[in-house]
Amino acid sequence: MEFFRIKRDIPFMRHALTFNVISLVTFLLAVFFLATRGLNFGIDFRGGTVIEVAYDHPVDFNRLRGAIDKLSLGEYSAQSFGSSNAALIRLPLKEGVSTAQLSEQVMGTLRADDPSVKLQRVEFVGPQVGRELYENGALALLLVVCGIAAYLAMRFEWRFAVAAIIANLHDVVIILGFFAFFQWEFGLPVLAAVLAILGYSVNESVVIADRIRENFRKMRKASVETVIDNAITSTISRTMITHGSTLLMVLSIYFFGGETLHYFALALAIGICFGIYSSVLVMAPLVRWLGVSREDLVKPERKKGPEGEKILP
Amino acid sequence: MNRYPVWKYILIAVAILVGLVYTLPNFFPEVPAVQVSTSKATVKVDQTTLATVEGALKEAGVAHRGASVDATGVKVRLADTDTQIKAKDVLQKRLGEDYIVALNLISSSPQWLTAIGALPMYLGLDLRGGVHFLLQIDMKGAIDKAADRYTTDIRSLMREKRVQYGGVAREGQNVVLRFREDAERNKARVEIEKSFPDLMVREQEAAGGELRLVASLKPEAQKRIQDGAVQQNITILRNRVNELGVAEPIAQQQGGDRVVVQLPGVQDTARAKDILGRTATLEIRMVNDEAGALEAALAGQPPLGSDLYTERSGGPLLVRRQVVLTGDRINDAQPGFDQRNNEPAVHVNLDGTGARLFKEITRENVGKRMAIVLVEKGKAEVVTAPVIREEIGGGRVQISGRMNTREANDIALLMRAGALAAPMEIVEERTVGPSLGKENIDKGFNSVFYGFIVLALFMCAYYMLMGVISTIALSVNLMLLVALLSMLQATLTLPGIAAIALTLGMAIDANVLINERIREELRWGATPHAAITAGYERAFGTILDSNVTTLIAGIALLIFGSGPVRGFAVVHCLGILTSMFSAVFVSRGIVNLIYGSRRKLDKISIGQVWKPAAAPAPAK
Repeated sequence: MEFFRIKRDIPFMRHALTFNVISLVTFLLAVFFLATRGLNFGIDFRGGTVIEVAYDHPVDFNRLRGAIDKLSLGEYSAQSFGSSNAALIRLPLKEGVSTAQLSEQVMGTLRADDPSVKLQRVEFVGPQVGRELYENGALALLLVVCGIAAYLAMRFEWRFAVAAIIANLHDVVIILGFFAFFQWEFGLPVLAAVLAILGYSVNESVVIADRIRENFRKMRKASVETVIDNAITSTISRTMITHGSTLLMVLSIYFFGGETLHYFALALAIGICFGIYSSVLVMAPLVRWLGVSREDLVKPERKKGPEGEKILP
Repeated sequence: MNRYPVWKYILIAVAILVGLVYTLPNFFPEVPAVQVSTSKATVKVDQTTLATVEGALKEAGVAHRGASVDATGVKVRLADTDTQIKAKDVLQKRLGEDYIVALNLISSSPQWLTAIGALPMYLGLDLRGGVHFLLQIDMKGAIDKAADRYTTDIRSLMREKRVQYGGVAREGQNVVLRFREDAERNKARVEIEKSFPDLMVREQEAAGGELRLVASLKPEAQKRIQDGAVQQNITILRNRVNELGVAEPIAQQQGGDRVVVQLPGVQDTARAKDILGRTATLEIRMVNDEAGALEAALAGQPPLGSDLYTERSGGPLLVRRQVVLTGDRINDAQPGFDQRNNEPAVHVNLDGTGARLFKEITRENVGKRMAIVLVEKGKAEVVTAPVIREEIGGGRVQISGRMNTREANDIALLMRAGALAAPMEIVEERTVGPSLGKENIDKGFNSVFYGFIVLALFMCAYYMLMGVISTIALSVNLMLLVALLSMLQATLTLPGIAAIALTLGMAIDANVLINERIREELRWGATPHAAITAGYERAFGTILDSNVTTLIAGIALLIFGSGPVRGFAVVHCLGILTSMFSAVFVSRGIVNLIYGSRRKLDKISIGQVWKPAAAPAPAK
């Protein structure tokens, strides 16, 4: 069995402009939705209280809301969670209310209303902790971007580092754009997924960059376009299969992992799909436009790096 | 050419064997157990306790499945949850207040595994259920309290040294003294600097020509007070948590001014919050020593307005109900030594009002005994009942006599326990019910299981024997990862299980890279042996690069992540390391074992290697 039977190198570079325009449009759309709708931050970042309750029968939301309304807590939301027997109640932070006791109050009321209610989970994040988690998340993102850029610059060349980072940040922005457009909840697990995708997507760029470097050594007379086209074409089979495999696992998390991991898996899935696109069709043209040349990558013989040993005739 | 030296095979075999052993405990189900431990320094849990426990259970006719004693206490395994609760009741009644008897679940893995440190993975609260609190300590409160204490101290110092001053008061976090004459102010300044090296004193001329002296805490002293406050609050929290009868409670510092409290398996969060937030009250009352009163009380007829208590030494004590002083008048209590005879003592520091009241009481009751009573959960305990020898003014009290160093420590702690060193507030709470924890484990397991099955089927179908080898390598990866997590006892969370699934999905990348490369080499006309060698060698550089970048992301999460996400990062990072080993080293080992010995190798079972009709020869 062999899925990818490509006779000739696909002329990716000839259509580079088209691809870049497409990704620019997607990128701008994502930025637009991020700016206009904004991210729907979960309580991890915003602070607040989340209470998950389960009944032994389908939830009667009118009754549940009726019971909570009696507490006059102001704004809150209640919706089903996972199954029809479970409900998720979100309470925003409120000035002056002892938030730690809030969940007890709500549970007390619900229990009085219907004794079959069972407390599944309570999460409360204070405003200060939320802000810290937010800052730490931003710092983590920055650290990953800088770390990866530094590593690629050291291992390959600065043009690859710049191109790979742009391509992968473009993925991140698009994931965020999806979350903004659909107003999916952006919590800590989603942030973890975004960072994992950043690391994972770079793999793709690394594989292609590796192949470009190898081709520069082997295909002495070929033009830069041909070299890049060949590098992409000869790795495309591996790209699709690897991403397919990872996607399989992510889908398994999506379908079996339950509600808590729902958005985590979703972010990963989007990231994987766009990761293929961006490393192949965004990163490579960028490298080309930044003006990569054979001399940049293939060092003269006397400077035999660790890669030097592997040159085949 | 495709052969490994023997030592490499041995290395792989050893790694797999160690992995197997450490993965093993995870397959044994958990059984209900009762755990006996203590929070008191004076009580020891050892073989004698074990004997008592076994005896008590035998007496009550509760059958158990083995009892053992280790560093964390005595553990008794039981057949089911009903016997577990019965055993707990029996033991609590028999052992009394000095011991904590908690319900627990322990692994039923055989003794020899536990002996070599092979334990099941440590499950996070989202998987086993329980409560996680993050408490923030109000540091300003701690400094305010310290300033209060210094105000009292400075006042008594001024009196002692006969300095003429206009007044002493706390203003914010400073102590401000007012003077009429400059000479007195200088005298005061010298005395304060001599007696309190932690204070920074500066002179100030207020409006209206009033002479002032402002004393504030030096930064290093502030830091010490804050650290002390955190430590004291943790100690108090530990004592309170112990009351909840939780098997493996955690109360530890996080960052500069926060405390994490984790109570696995606790259901009743309302009670947990109540106990954590409670302030025990300390009361000072007079001992009723009227002739015959104690005898009457012992006979069952205590005089009106008095209660009968038991002293720590065991003797009966009749204490009047009237409270002469409450614990919130106590600023601090520290163990130390009596300067006159070097006996252990407790130094108590009272605030201004407390000092005045105490002076009156002691003046009127010289020669009588006073009782310091700790009231907690509506139950009173006499901490100590010293005899008043003389009038005590100035708010500095020393309690000494009939105590050893450890008792002095305990009494000081109990007296401080009247109030936390600084107020605390819950800033984060995560509670997970036990049924949800169980569901989470199942969900996590299912995601890994089904993902793995589908992936394995695909690999085997697409790459044939090489796919089977890749799948074996992936299984080894999974096993080593679980073994490593068990060995390190890293906390496994639901995102952590997701990370296992994700890591497996990413780890297969290495094998795909290798297999694709081998196919490509074959397509270009390389001999099977050369293709295998080239496939592994060429792919290795790429695998290394891509794993390093993934590792960078994992480490960033590890540094900045918290809670369940940290669990994700730990698994992610470890998974990358194990996948490097298994995907490259183990799979190569198997390939070498299968193909390496054949001198003439015509074909590798790697699925169809499609060759285009007019294959473009690789450019030379």
